[in-house]
Amino acid sequence: MSLTTTNIGTVNGLTGQRQSVSRRLQHLLHTNPWVSPLVILVLSIAIFTIINPAFAQPRAISLLIQQTAVIAALGVGQTLVILTAGIDLSVGAVSILATMLSAVLAQDAGLPGWVAIIVGVLTGTLGGLFNGFLVSKLKLPPFIGTLGTLSIFTAISLLLSGGRSIQATELPAEMSAGGERVPIGPFDLNIGVLVVIAIYIVVGYALSQTGWGRHVYAVGDDAEAARLSGIRVNRVLLSVYAVAGLIYGIAAWVLIGRAGAATPNGIVDANLASITAVVIGGTSLFGGRGGIIGTVLGALIIQSFTIGLSLAGVDDQFRVLAVGFLVIFAVAADQWIRKVRA
Amino acid sequence: MSACAGDTAAPGADDEVKVTLILKDLVNPFFVALQKGAEAQAEKDGVNLTIASGKKDGDEEGQIQAIENAVLKGEDGILVLPAGPAVNSAITKAREAGLVVIALDTPPDPIDTTDQTFATDNFEAGKLIGEWAASATAGTDVVIALLDQFDDRIIQTDLNRDQGFLTGMGIDTADLGQNGDEAQTGTFSGGNYTIACQEATTGAEDGGREAMENCLTANSDINLVYTINEPSAAGAYKALQAAGLEKDVKIVSIDGSCEGVANVASGIISATSQQYPVNMATLGVETIASVVRGGDYPPVSDGLDFYNTGTALVTDATQDGVDSITSEEATEICW
Repeated sequence: MSLTTTNIGTVNGLTGQRQSVSRRLQHLLHTNPWVSPLVILVLSIAIFTIINPAFAQPRAISLLIQQTAVIAALGVGQTLVILTAGIDLSVGAVSILATMLSAVLAQDAGLPGWVAIIVGVLTGTLGGLFNGFLVSKLKLPPFIGTLGTLSIFTAISLLLSGGRSIQATELPAEMSAGGERVPIGPFDLNIGVLVVIAIYIVVGYALSQTGWGRHVYAVGDDAEAARLSGIRVNRVLLSVYAVAGLIYGIAAWVLIGRAGAATPNGIVDANLASITAVVIGGTSLFGGRGGIIGTVLGALIIQSFTIGLSLAGVDDQFRVLAVGFLVIFAVAADQWIRKVRA
Repeated sequence: MSACAGDTAAPGADDEVKVTLILKDLVNPFFVALQKGAEAQAEKDGVNLTIASGKKDGDEEGQIQAIENAVLKGEDGILVLPAGPAVNSAITKAREAGLVVIALDTPPDPIDTTDQTFATDNFEAGKLIGEWAASATAGTDVVIALLDQFDDRIIQTDLNRDQGFLTGMGIDTADLGQNGDEAQTGTFSGGNYTIACQEATTGAEDGGREAMENCLTANSDINLVYTINEPSAAGAYKALQAAGLEKDVKIVSIDGSCEGVANVASGIISATSQQYPVNMATLGVETIASVVRGGDYPPVSDGLDFYNTGTALVTDATQDGVDSITSEEATEICW
């Protein structure tokens, strides 16, 4: 159980000299699931830099961070949901709904930019609340509940927008402000990236330092045990899906800034991409173990493959291949690490 | 022109030109043919070609990333089949960074987003099969099924082929910029028409079959089927076959792939407009290589704002007054 993880760690530390190297590694990864993605990311950057030295330059690293921002933001919500042993297939659909509703209202109803942004964030939150209602009150399996809302939210976005994209030039400036450049030292970042970093700091603090965070882990680890120890499981689940939705709403704004347009066809595979990032980041699909540091590392790993292979002049098919192997490796590693409980 | 040293000088004829080709997906035979054509021409022109793609048709973010990565890599040019309008701003940034950007197959909207476009005149391709169908069905009451690509988004290819077909039939399309706003019954150049249904196929076989099944449920008198492309035509034929109606119905389509042309020869498709992806790819690679080395762009086609890579009507049931080539001739140049 994750609540007792620290105790196990201490015991192992005391008897460390009698353990094999692999047992120690297993325990290190069990208590710090973000270590293996960090190692993979460093290796990935090192190898691609050897192939093409342009990779380790500020320009490439800036691009890596910019391209990762949206999936990294959506990944925070996905991580929260997966920590409760759930899954969210509607992540991209909620975000696109927030994007299109705010853009359509700004363009057609002349809503001021900042009001439209708030509407977008609220839309995301409501979408998340609806998912949470399905999972906590109607007791739908998260996979099924969010599979349904994936279709519902996608359809509403299309009905609202009529399938058209709205260029940023036709929207109030605030709505695409996420794409405004912010040079920091040699790095070329943007406002959207800074907002995503802020999301990580806030959610990272909430998960590790607050009672709510401990409850999220407890519910994911063993919902029944959590209930018996006095945690209101349904309320925790509802709050997790709502916070996830809120983050998707903010990500929607980051997305408009990044693409330079509000488009119903954006982030086609966001659900799979965010789940991939979470899994590569070492968060267990069985809930209760992992965290958002791993997720951002996972997202950066996938994107470093894209940029690195592109710089190496390798065709796209091989990137898809590489990510596939990486996912299998990550889940196999998770299975191995989980044996520590036995 | 000789090869010169220094960053600012234009590369000479012998210098390698670096180009990234960005497709919509990696599975559609049309894009695969285009990729092979580009690779062959790259070999000839001393171009170092890299292939990138969206995850699937419509993946704008994937293409945006591919464009940014091409700029980062220091490519001289980009060939892109834009997945949608959200790709525009990334294209503009690439051009500002000094890259030559050429659109293939799908004209960007607005057209001057890229330096040039090599594409099929999709309106003309639709019009050719429309004219053929009008002539082949003259004197009868036609009941038409319109099997488009999408109903959840607007792309120029889908729109122009549909409206071109109706125009070729001699049907009043109302607004040329909008699908589905034509009168559901009326007269075409050879008699009376009824539009029985308009369904989306996503341009694939399974989608084509399902769309046709829905249409037949609504109206089993359908005798003319317009399809957005040959995979959806093949799917529609399967639905007609299952209903025992395949003998009474003419299917018209657009593409001209080897598989589609074989279907014309065997009578599954009555007429198809052939397009030339290898031509697009060849011209695209050639043009970037030439422009980077100091040459000029080929001029756009008469009356169009892009370079028309051509289209020909393929049918074995020739109609007077409608130019066409036979399936045998088309087999020689199919992809």
